[in-house]
Amino acid sequence: MLAVILFYVTRLFSLQVLDNRYNQLADNNAIFTKVQYPSRGLIYDRNGRLVVDNQPAYDLMVIPREVAPFDTLDLCRTLGITLDEYKERWRNMSNRRLNPGYSSFTPQLFFSRLTVEEYGVLQEKLYRYPGFYIQNQSIRRYVYDVGANVLGNVREVSVQELRDDSYYMQGDYTGDLGVEKSYENYLRGEKGQEYFLRNAYGRIKGRYENGAYDHEAVPGKNLTLSIDIELQQYGEMLMQNKVGAIVAIEPSTGEILALVSSPTYKPSMLTGRERGRNYTQLFENPYKPLYDRSIMATYPPGSTFKPTQALIFLQEKMVSRYTAYPCNMGFYARGIRVGCHAHESPISVVPALSTSCNAYFCYAFRSMIDDVEKYGSTYNAFETWKKYIVNMGYGYRLGVDMPGESRGFIPNSDFYGKIYGSRGWKGITVISVSIGQGEVLATPLQIANLGATIANRGYYFTPHVVKSVQDTYLGDDYTQPHYVGVDPSYYEMVVEGMRMSMVKGTCRIGEIPGIEACGKTGTAQNPHGDDHSAFMGFAPRENPRIAIAVYVENAGWGATYGVPIGSLMMEKYLTGEIAPSRKWLEERMLNANTMIQEEEKDVAQE
Amino acid sequence: MSRRNNVWYSLDWYTVALYLLLVFCGWISIYAASFDFDAASTIFNFDARSGKQLLWILFSMMIAFVLLMTEPRTFVSLAYPLYIVFLVLLLVTIFVAPDIKGSRSWLVLGPVHLQPAEFAKYGTALALAKMLDNYDFDLTKPRCFFKACALILLPVLLILMQQETGSALVYLSLICILYREGMSSLFLFAALCAVVYFIVAVKYASLEWMDTPVGEWLVLMLILLVLVYMVARYLRRARFLYVSLLVVAVVQGAAAAVAYYLYPFNQLYVAGLLLMTAVVATGVLYFKTLQHKLWIAVVFALFSAVYLESVDYVFTDVLGQHQRTRIEVALGIKEDPMGVGYNVNQSKIAIGSGGFWGKGFLQGTQTKLRYVPEQDTDFIFCTIGEEQGFWGATLVLTLFALLLVRIIQLAERQRTVFGRVYGYSVAAIIFFHLAVNIGMVIGVLPVIGIPLPFFSYGGSSLWGFTILLFTLLCIDASRNDSF
Repeated sequence: MLAVILFYVTRLFSLQVLDNRYNQLADNNAIFTKVQYPSRGLIYDRNGRLVVDNQPAYDLMVIPREVAPFDTLDLCRTLGITLDEYKERWRNMSNRRLNPGYSSFTPQLFFSRLTVEEYGVLQEKLYRYPGFYIQNQSIRRYVYDVGANVLGNVREVSVQELRDDSYYMQGDYTGDLGVEKSYENYLRGEKGQEYFLRNAYGRIKGRYENGAYDHEAVPGKNLTLSIDIELQQYGEMLMQNKVGAIVAIEPSTGEILALVSSPTYKPSMLTGRERGRNYTQLFENPYKPLYDRSIMATYPPGSTFKPTQALIFLQEKMVSRYTAYPCNMGFYARGIRVGCHAHESPISVVPALSTSCNAYFCYAFRSMIDDVEKYGSTYNAFETWKKYIVNMGYGYRLGVDMPGESRGFIPNSDFYGKIYGSRGWKGITVISVSIGQGEVLATPLQIANLGATIANRGYYFTPHVVKSVQDTYLGDDYTQPHYVGVDPSYYEMVVEGMRMSMVKGTCRIGEIPGIEACGKTGTAQNPHGDDHSAFMGFAPRENPRIAIAVYVENAGWGATYGVPIGSLMMEKYLTGEIAPSRKWLEERMLNANTMIQEEEKDVAQE
Repeated sequence: MSRRNNVWYSLDWYTVALYLLLVFCGWISIYAASFDFDAASTIFNFDARSGKQLLWILFSMMIAFVLLMTEPRTFVSLAYPLYIVFLVLLLVTIFVAPDIKGSRSWLVLGPVHLQPAEFAKYGTALALAKMLDNYDFDLTKPRCFFKACALILLPVLLILMQQETGSALVYLSLICILYREGMSSLFLFAALCAVVYFIVAVKYASLEWMDTPVGEWLVLMLILLVLVYMVARYLRRARFLYVSLLVVAVVQGAAAAVAYYLYPFNQLYVAGLLLMTAVVATGVLYFKTLQHKLWIAVVFALFSAVYLESVDYVFTDVLGQHQRTRIEVALGIKEDPMGVGYNVNQSKIAIGSGGFWGKGFLQGTQTKLRYVPEQDTDFIFCTIGEEQGFWGATLVLTLFALLLVRIIQLAERQRTVFGRVYGYSVAAIIFFHLAVNIGMVIGVLPVIGIPLPFFSYGGSSLWGFTILLFTLLCIDASRNDSF
């Protein structure tokens, strides 16, 4: 007899004290949580223009427990789905692998983003479908339908996110790509919760603990981008039918003025019910519009890299302003030839930059790397070189406030040691890095950042796309200057060379009337096809307001596309319009199609 | 007249205190169980169940007082008449009672609802005590034994006809008393075997291993084991047990190996053959040893085999669907959280969510929001488990344990067989209620709707237990008198 009682006591102990499952079960039973969704933060551009806001949308929710038999076909007709689709939705919803938060007691998303018309029809019939109700949601609306890569979009949370972040519930929305993702925690606000007690018959029996745990939804915070949305729009127009990227930065702050990746898409394509289909299409597009080339793609920087070399050689006292090297259509040494084009010879640093002389940089680079007397070894010499390059923002992520940034690639001595053996390489072996070819890879953002560094004469701020978040202090990550460690007077020489390039050098097609712009072309060889056309520059020369990088894939000379597009962007930003004398150039860029050429070539090859 | 002055003096106040404590806790629990968050009322509201229960409690105090004032000899002389009155009442109930939740056990007399089955236990306990009290009554004599069994089974039959299975089962607890009074342990052993066989057979009914129904095979093995054990015991030869077990293990093991590696066949044939061999061998042994008791073993084994064959029939054809499902849920064969299992599942959630210290008085969501059914009657223990936690539930169980131990002490100190048998009956009835009720709410036993003594709401049940207990106290108070 006592044994039975003792058995019951141990059984109670395991039930009540050891097993914690039942608490959860009891709460699931009794507490009905009603969620209030906050409105998502709005997005403005640097001039206060509204870029993204919200418009109402409606989600059909269902509490499976409360569903009673009803005219299923009628509901299917109203929603415009077949009975099979209807059943499929039920199956997916109650599949705990796809929907970890499933409970027959809590509201589940049944059908998302009804249009206003569908909502109207459904609202009238809703009383016939017990257990179903409508939840107001909002979807993004794009006032300027551009900048998809910067803005990102909003989608339903994935299974993984549901697991990782307890904030989300099935059917919630979250930011994807761009600032919608990187600033998700500010934009989403805070969901409100009201707790009710619900009895066994599903009736609400008042607030849980008299509402002590309830809290109101807190609206998401508004973002102000550093992007000039009209410049962004203009950049996307210039880049239409071309593959590549434009990055424009305000040198004095590191604020990104435009971040164009091409080909791109309208951000509005990824809202509403068509999202799924459009997303698949974009995902399967061979030009990868979802891939943000401005910060993810890594290209050989080509001649846009030469200013970095000039700065290092000057700072390391390898050359002076007056040191000149010969150039007879190229650099020749030990059977290696780096070709060049017709210009004066011998040549010193300023004209070497303006004419983009390969030979000058090869000679100077070689003399530095092979200067064992000064550095002790090739290894140390190259490491010194690498340190400067890294200080200029190459080789590592700059830390832009966007998801998915690439770090590019800058080789170090160990890297070459592995390939050639620790004593098996010298300056001549790796000579191509001096002209931005070979192993060196950089993102358009890093190239633009070089422009900003030169514009600032020796320092940069971490580039970023968000200027401010409402009522929030974002820390000083973006307000601390990063110094390169090269004397400003050397920068002046580089600036002079880049200025000369615009006046009478390789960039002369891009000279803007009334503005002292500085620039450097780049024609990057690549193993996959035609040369990439690149441009890096800033304007005006004194107190620069914009630094820019343009990169057009497989488009030929830097002067063909890079310089015109870069100069048009700078002119547009600085004067707000394009001078009549340059309208023809603008026209030509807008109409140019480097993608068709490629396709034609593909056809020809076949 | 002398004892009338003495009754307060010789009354066992310890039991009275336990009784009052339990009734008080029950009253508080009923208030908590029927409390509504929206329409909160005081514990004294006579429209609510707590208020009514208070009335029942006061009334049961009066009953207790009257019982204590009664001459103990009255109970002896009234035993048979009361028993007969209750039998008649039970019989009448079958015909006049309205159908409430499928059973016809409630007598409706205007505003008063009475359940005669609750009181008939009293009459049966008294009658049984009186019968055993006869000086020439000897349970080892079959005639006497059957008389006693008939006395117990008669009300069971009537209550079964009222479709009130739970209450009927309570009477079976009285059979344990017979054991205390000299009944052969064989019957208890048989009952235990019957229960074990039943559970094993049902639980593993759907399990198959290489064409062998595991449930039946296991029971056959058990029967074989019991037979061998009995023979070994009667012949007082332990070695016999080991040798036989070895033989069985070798034969069965070889057969299983054949089935597993060579040719799957029904192991039941092997088990059956082994059992038959054992029965025949026992018969042969009888002629060698002339030990009469061996026949008991043979008969026992044969009956067991017949019983095994009937389990399936009883389970599928005699029991109702709801009883079958309840048993399956309790044995863990079936999970049915939305249907039959709902009650038990919700009651486990209620108790389980109480934790160690409980959610606090009137704070239980599971019980307040009506997730647990019948929470102020059969499932009242949930409220205690949820709101007072492990601590409170254990306290209640401890109070019951103290009471039961005390009642047995009282029974043992009686000088008359009547008093002793009656005392044991009280303990058996209360214990059976307690064990079945709490076993049910914590999901150990199938759902059998019987109240928790002193706790469950309702006058009939409270008065029934009060009468049982205070009659014992009255008899006990006069144990030193001669009568």
